[in-house]
Amino acid sequence: MAKLLIKNGRIIDPAAGIDRVADILLAGEIVRKIDDNILAPEAEVFDATGLIVAPGFIDMHVHLREPGFVHAETIETGAKAAAAGGFTSICCMPNTSPVNDSAHVTSYIIERARNAAVVNVFPIGAITKGSQGEELASIGGMKKAGIVAISDDGRPVMNARVMRRAMETAKSFDLPVIQHCEDLNLSAGGDMHEGVVSTRLGLRGIPSCSEDVMVARDILLAEVTGVQYHVAHLSTRNAIAMVAEAKKRGLPVTCEVTQHHFTLCDQEMLPYDSAFKMKPPIRCNHDVAACIEGIASGVVDALATDHAPHAGSDKMQEFERCPFGIIGLETAVGLTFDRLVNPGIISINRMIELYTTGPANILKLNRGTLQTGSPADVTILDPSREWIYDLNKSASKSRNSPFHGWQFTGGAVTTIVAGKIVWNKDTAQ
Amino acid sequence: MPSSLLGIEDLSRSEIEVLLERAKEFQSLHREKTKRLDLFNGSIIVNLFFEASTRTRISFEIAAKRLGADAVSITASGSSVSKGESLVDTLNTLAAMHPDAIVMRHASSGAPHFLARHLDTPIVNAGDGTHEHPTQALLDARTILDNRKSLEGLRVAIIGDIAHSRVARSNIHLLSKFGASIVLCGPASLLPQDMSHLVNGVELTHDIRTAIKDADVIMMLRVQLERIHEPRFPAGEYFGFYGLRLDHLSLAKPDVIVMHPGPMNRGQEIASEVADSQRSVILNQVENGVAVRMAVLEKVLS
Repeated sequence: MAKLLIKNGRIIDPAAGIDRVADILLAGEIVRKIDDNILAPEAEVFDATGLIVAPGFIDMHVHLREPGFVHAETIETGAKAAAAGGFTSICCMPNTSPVNDSAHVTSYIIERARNAAVVNVFPIGAITKGSQGEELASIGGMKKAGIVAISDDGRPVMNARVMRRAMETAKSFDLPVIQHCEDLNLSAGGDMHEGVVSTRLGLRGIPSCSEDVMVARDILLAEVTGVQYHVAHLSTRNAIAMVAEAKKRGLPVTCEVTQHHFTLCDQEMLPYDSAFKMKPPIRCNHDVAACIEGIASGVVDALATDHAPHAGSDKMQEFERCPFGIIGLETAVGLTFDRLVNPGIISINRMIELYTTGPANILKLNRGTLQTGSPADVTILDPSREWIYDLNKSASKSRNSPFHGWQFTGGAVTTIVAGKIVWNKDTAQ
Repeated sequence: MPSSLLGIEDLSRSEIEVLLERAKEFQSLHREKTKRLDLFNGSIIVNLFFEASTRTRISFEIAAKRLGADAVSITASGSSVSKGESLVDTLNTLAAMHPDAIVMRHASSGAPHFLARHLDTPIVNAGDGTHEHPTQALLDARTILDNRKSLEGLRVAIIGDIAHSRVARSNIHLLSKFGASIVLCGPASLLPQDMSHLVNGVELTHDIRTAIKDADVIMMLRVQLERIHEPRFPAGEYFGFYGLRLDHLSLAKPDVIVMHPGPMNRGQEIASEVADSQRSVILNQVENGVAVRMAVLEKVLS
């Protein structure tokens, strides 16, 4: 049985309330123990002096594009990019081709992942057939096949009655509902955040209210149905305020924010550069500030990348023709250090929480902790690692990122899944 | 590409002054015996128009020919993507034939900026989506200066579909660089609040009478139905509230000039009598278009 002994690192496990320098022994794909000076002569030794040892990071919002769009990414390449970003588990959205709206597509993804992915892959199933927003997908069958949540991400469920039925169904199968909040009538044809910048550039805007009206509606429906409701890629100050208020009232509402939404604002976009085009769009500085505040105060439960690969030629067009989305697995941790931890807005512990217990609790993953018996998924961080993001060396198949050349202080250095090292910063690409 | 002309926003006041002066010199060329200058013999200018256009395309063609250059016009209906070719490929194909400049009009805001990042050929923006139409603003300024000593302190009312107007944006940038006082007017759904942040000192109003009061210049804009995908205003009510009528002119300065970039929808945004009145300089605008475009092409080809 392979054993890995991680020595002398600062072990931070928010779920277990641990924050101390100690050794941790992984064997047989699970955590065996945490103690001072563990003796394990037959184990491979990893010296974590000066490093942080955290439960394996989980990204609950990733697009792997397989099946159907494998020119942009595959389960294999997406998993490699995840590992290179310090992630040990990823949840993949169902907007593949065919859409993951049935047990057999779910099973296909799980099987492919088992064979080809170096990290754990948890599929999220569609809410409606083909994510068309009309007929409910085979939610029960998909649950049996292994989905961890339902979402039509990429699209919202526009019809309130359908959403209500979906929530009731999800609740009966003990699944959370994740909504891409966008009223398509309000956002109609928009390409970037509606504001001063879009007005100046002559681009159709996606108003904040298109996200807000959907969040408002869904929170009320969640209250009626009692389902576990999660707002995907939240980006506006009103949405943060509404989620905060819902939590105060004790409603089962959670939310995630992406790294680009706490890093970039519309004033900083390079005009007409599709590396800055995604949904929800990069918004104004007030929205960015509100998201950061929500992350610090606890309103935000998880950080997720919404890693959305697109082939180069797709993003090399007139701005309004380009598809929405940017990749993000490899820059997530660096951006979190750069914008939140290093400036002292959140502690390292809080960061780890946002990437471990946050998503694990929402999706009931039985992961995100290093307590004895847990899966041996570990993320090793170096808060003083100086590195530069080279997009050309990305493990992803796609290159749609605005962060090429960005310098970071702090990042992942080693990723361990089921007790095996699957990525190390020094490994050649 | 330094010699491209993508928008008024990036031009300095002195660069604009040079172009307006040169255009003035070109104004009388059509009356000369030799109507064709020998400045750019053999230079080829490609007019690549992805959107319908009469006056701008022909204006650029004539401007090129008067300079002694050759003009080739391509009208691609819709975008070449309908034939499966990307914009980048279309332009790379053209660039491989080494034209000296490409004049481009496209339905997407930012299309020329996108191309200027990938091509070495100088690009002149003949209108990109709802973003800018720099030569229109230049010819509008030239026309105003034919009727006024300077742009400084003039009250200019721009009335109509501001939200979707590249003409409005380019004019706002140009006029504010010269210290004009700008008032924008239109229905709320066609006049975004953010327009007041585009440059300093822009006034917004939904009342046409407020806009026209004491105006030196009234610029009327067409409702850009081809760019709007849903009804923004109750059908049939536009002219009554936002159309320019003869009786409005008494609110403006006595020597007010009425402008329109064209094409006009008579009876929609402007009454026929106003378009044909003595105050209208609409045809002068067209005339100045050739002179201004000669100045622009001259600058780009040098």
